[in-house]
Amino acid sequence: MPKDHGIGASPKRREDVRFLTGAGNYTDDINVQGQAYVHFLRSDVAHGKINNIDTAAAAAMPGVVRIFTGADFEGVGGIPCGWQVTDKHGEPMKEPAHPVLAQGKARHVGDPIAAVVADSLEEARNAAEAIELDIEELPAVVDMKAALEGGATKVHDDLDDNLCYDWQFGSPADETDAVFANAAHVTTLELINNRLVANPMEPRVAVGDYSRANDESKLYTTSQNPHVIRLLMGAFVLGIPEHKLTVIAPDVGGGFGTKIFHYAEEAFCTFAAKACNRPVKWTSTRSEAFMSDAHGRDHVSKIELALDADNNFIGLRTDTYANMGAYLSTFASSVPTWLHGTLMAGNYKTPNVTVNVKAVFTNTVPVDAYRGAGRPEATYQLERVIDKAAREVGVDPIALRRQNFITQFPYATPVAVEYDTGDYEATMAKMEELMDLPGFAARRAASEANGKLRGFGVNCFIEACGIAPSNLVGQLGARAGLYDAATVRVNATGSISVMVGAHSHGQGHETVFPQVVAEMLGIDESMVDIVHGDTSKIPFGMGTYGSRSLAVCGSAMVRATEKIINKAKKIAAHLLEASEGDIELKDGQFSIAGTDKSVAWGDVTLAAYVPHNYPLEDIEPGLEETAFYDPANFTYPAGAYACEVEVDPDTGKVTVEKFVSADDFGNVVNPMIVEGQVHGGIAQGIGQALLENCAYDENGQLLSASYMDYAMPRADDLPHMENYTVDHSCQTPCTHNPLGVKGCGEAGAIGSPPTIVNAVIDALQSGGHNVEHIDMPVSPSRVWEAMQG
Amino acid sequence: MTEVTMVVNGKSVTKSVKGNTLMSEFLREELRLTGTHVGCDTSQCGACVVHVNGEAVKSCTMFAAEANGSEVKTIEGMENPDGSLGVIQQAFQDHHGLQCGFCTPGMVMSAAALLKDNPKPTEAEIRDYLEGNICRCTGYHNIVKAIMAASGQDVTSIAAE
Amino acid sequence: MYSFDVENPETVADAVAALGQDEAQALGGGQTLIPTLKQRLAAPSVLVSLSGIAEIKGVSADGGAVVIGGGTTHGTVANEAGAYGALAALAGNIGDPAVRNRGTIGGSLANNDPSACYPAAALGSGATISTNTRSIAADDYFQGMFETALDEGEIITSVSFPIPEAANYQKFEQPASRFALVGVFVAKYADGVRVAVTGASEEGVFRWSEAEAALSSNFSAEALNGLSVSADGMISDLHGSGAYRAHLIGVLTKRAVAAAS
Repeated sequence: MPKDHGIGASPKRREDVRFLTGAGNYTDDINVQGQAYVHFLRSDVAHGKINNIDTAAAAAMPGVVRIFTGADFEGVGGIPCGWQVTDKHGEPMKEPAHPVLAQGKARHVGDPIAAVVADSLEEARNAAEAIELDIEELPAVVDMKAALEGGATKVHDDLDDNLCYDWQFGSPADETDAVFANAAHVTTLELINNRLVANPMEPRVAVGDYSRANDESKLYTTSQNPHVIRLLMGAFVLGIPEHKLTVIAPDVGGGFGTKIFHYAEEAFCTFAAKACNRPVKWTSTRSEAFMSDAHGRDHVSKIELALDADNNFIGLRTDTYANMGAYLSTFASSVPTWLHGTLMAGNYKTPNVTVNVKAVFTNTVPVDAYRGAGRPEATYQLERVIDKAAREVGVDPIALRRQNFITQFPYATPVAVEYDTGDYEATMAKMEELMDLPGFAARRAASEANGKLRGFGVNCFIEACGIAPSNLVGQLGARAGLYDAATVRVNATGSISVMVGAHSHGQGHETVFPQVVAEMLGIDESMVDIVHGDTSKIPFGMGTYGSRSLAVCGSAMVRATEKIINKAKKIAAHLLEASEGDIELKDGQFSIAGTDKSVAWGDVTLAAYVPHNYPLEDIEPGLEETAFYDPANFTYPAGAYACEVEVDPDTGKVTVEKFVSADDFGNVVNPMIVEGQVHGGIAQGIGQALLENCAYDENGQLLSASYMDYAMPRADDLPHMENYTVDHSCQTPCTHNPLGVKGCGEAGAIGSPPTIVNAVIDALQSGGHNVEHIDMPVSPSRVWEAMQG
Repeated sequence: MTEVTMVVNGKSVTKSVKGNTLMSEFLREELRLTGTHVGCDTSQCGACVVHVNGEAVKSCTMFAAEANGSEVKTIEGMENPDGSLGVIQQAFQDHHGLQCGFCTPGMVMSAAALLKDNPKPTEAEIRDYLEGNICRCTGYHNIVKAIMAASGQDVTSIAAE
Repeated sequence: MYSFDVENPETVADAVAALGQDEAQALGGGQTLIPTLKQRLAAPSVLVSLSGIAEIKGVSADGGAVVIGGGTTHGTVANEAGAYGALAALAGNIGDPAVRNRGTIGGSLANNDPSACYPAAALGSGATISTNTRSIAADDYFQGMFETALDEGEIITSVSFPIPEAANYQKFEQPASRFALVGVFVAKYADGVRVAVTGASEEGVFRWSEAEAALSSNFSAEALNGLSVSADGMISDLHGSGAYRAHLIGVLTKRAVAAAS
């Protein structure tokens, strides 16, 4: 019998009622009295020298409040990068300036050059068109390898070249090279992890407000982590101390990574609100989002896998070029390194793994974390090369993976991380069961009778979530801690507000977090609410990304709740005239062990606030506790995914006919929400594999600049329900957090792309087409071209 | 400026609008019905879908000045008279058919239009009908399930997954 | 958007008069024009909405033809043009349901997007496009990408489609826009077969005459064996090369013939 409340139950989401009735409060729904509107004049060239900006005529246009250019931001800080990577020579990465508005040069299509603040958006746009911009187009650097050639145009004139860093990690290169020299077989694959645009359905919005009365600034923004924005913008850009700056992220319409970062538009609106003494609002259009939201992925890699005569993996070498775009976005530098290189061992006991990553500046939109962030890039390379190796050595792809699985835990990989727990055999077996492998031959025959090719693809993955601990990541270059915080405020009547540093923008925290607290206290979930998204109400927090909310912030909440229980037991002991050690809490009742004497939760909470009969000499009145939780390690969700695709050999069109995910997320608090997260992640992964492609031409013009050319997955692109199963029944609880949870937000996006591509290659091979690889998206035209040989 | 009169969620409103005021802008800014969302500028995402004279339309691709005399229904008008969630809304909650909630109003309005014309749609028909509604969170699985449930079809075997 | 007024005439005559104003532009269903206006790629002073003109709405069938008012939405054609099933099916697969409730046949044909579906149906059916001033044969109407025989201020009042013995439209969708990457309309008439191709050519919709000749003597997919379209002049973009589009024309034409009813 499934539970109907508490941990492991799937109560209906309480946030849904407001979203289903139009009562949500998203940033664009907020109008501040007297607000002005900003329109950014953005570069339409990928690389240009700004000779002059004449704003005189524009400033005289109707409704214009003020026009800003880069000159207005001299003396103001630039947009910072939150992670300093050290290269293989021990040198810090190159960290070019990133001004709020372009200074001297524009470096990508969409780089903001000027900003017009006006009474209405229409007037702001009119005036922006009247700005006389003298910009001299320079050659654009788009291709990463060309960018590193001698004599290439430099994106940043003050740097020696376009190399941000050359990072090497894992086993010493000479040792790995020696393993390769003696290998029985080496499989090599060159591939591209396509550039993506995260595309949360809510475009970004920022509303800056300023109060002269107390010199306080306020920013409403579409952020996954308002405290991080307050820290970065306040401390590094605008110089506003925390007590004079409030950042509010109300209902946020999806993030997927792209709303982690601190953006120039946020700093601009906050700055301009003070400069104009008037609230300033910016609402991104979707077209603007394509050229101003940080993009994702964009790696070009070569991967080599060495096997011994018994098909054991003995060595792995990767060489990756990672596109940073024109500037370093907030966590851009960490994605191809610490979130990618460290996962290169995958689920396998390969003893030698050496990873090289060159991060490159180009005249494109900055690239940063997108759902999965580094881990999809690692998984894709590894699982594609394993599939190719299986074909080359003539072994079943499942058997080859299984043979090389890590089976003993904890396991320290050659790329620095220690997997605390896992059972890769269990998820593989679950996948096999759900995929009905024995029925594949008949399904393939049926497809062939219909003129289609059918392929099977498998993929295993591991990810690292809840990045931590802070003292370790600090050594690795992180410029922030990676703990989280929660305050449990118990009110006199026993109702509870939990102020959490995590931010919910689709994940259902408002439902899930109370499930945990209510279970710990044995009270009804309706007595618990969470508060999130407002730096003035929450002590601190690092926000929501990297599948960390429950594992990190949830753990802080558990710790704070434990403190509440400890104090409440003292109060109960006093009320019951018993020893604290004899007090038990069950179903909201504090009782003396072995007796029928008890006091209810509400009696204890009331006593805390009306302390007439209360141990004032020992403890303070009130019942409110805060905990900061800094995890001891990452968590390591893992899984086995498989699918079957059909390829129409006449058109090259691929359809996903069957899909199974078997995940190990450790303990699961709300199965309904976990499954929803996996569905969403898989849709994005299928989107990456088959549809999505953020493309530039050789001049740095964005070719996929709207939904007319950037293919978003739609309902009919995804497998039908009867052929689609997401399973999370394999559970090896995390060993180092109190809930034993691992995180589920990114798994689907990590596990699905190689599954799909492996299946497409299998389908083509089954039709006699000797195709070894097609870069994503595996679009109809690419499949057809590959079939032409 | 053009004066328009329309009935929005059962209530008559008369306003002067500029020619270039989109229906979505009119609803959001003039009437403060902010449940209608704008997620793109190429008429594709469907977050802005409302009903005009009973038909689903993209309110970001229609001018308010064209809606004079129309009957308009938005997500704010989808509850039951007693304030409880309507059948489709309830099915979305029951089957976790929404996450961030941004596309949700458009999804519900499109679903309502579908079920009006096709009370028992197949899964394929639902997926086809949702071509103009993009969701980035759910992978559509539970949206499709919710719409089937709202049409009275049994989805328990699927829900038991 | 720039600033402009919207006028809502109720008759063709009033619309024509309104379009006589400086920088006036007709507004059909707006499904293409409004996104264009948002990008500030057009700056009309007045938009003359045609959606309130009852006399150019509706579907009728008589004398072996289906006649569709220029202001008729795709959704209405899908529901009411059953006398010409292939045309109704084509209309029912343009855009998405909400777009079909606003977009009109007149608007689509006046715009003549190289990837739009209706031009293939009109050209493939040898339709006659009637305006407030004249009637234009489809063969004379389409004059290249976004180019038509329409004069400034001319309004499409109706389109007459002769009903064929058999017809079918095959659309291979561009995965992002869901417009036709390539679309082929095949219609078999007593006096011969017409094959019109949209989405593929840099010149917009065109007739594939070799296929028409082959199919006119033998209306079967096999009759197309050995025929191919040159990749020269085909659109090449992010979604497919000219060679791929040329290949798809062959595939889709065969499928259309096989499915024609």
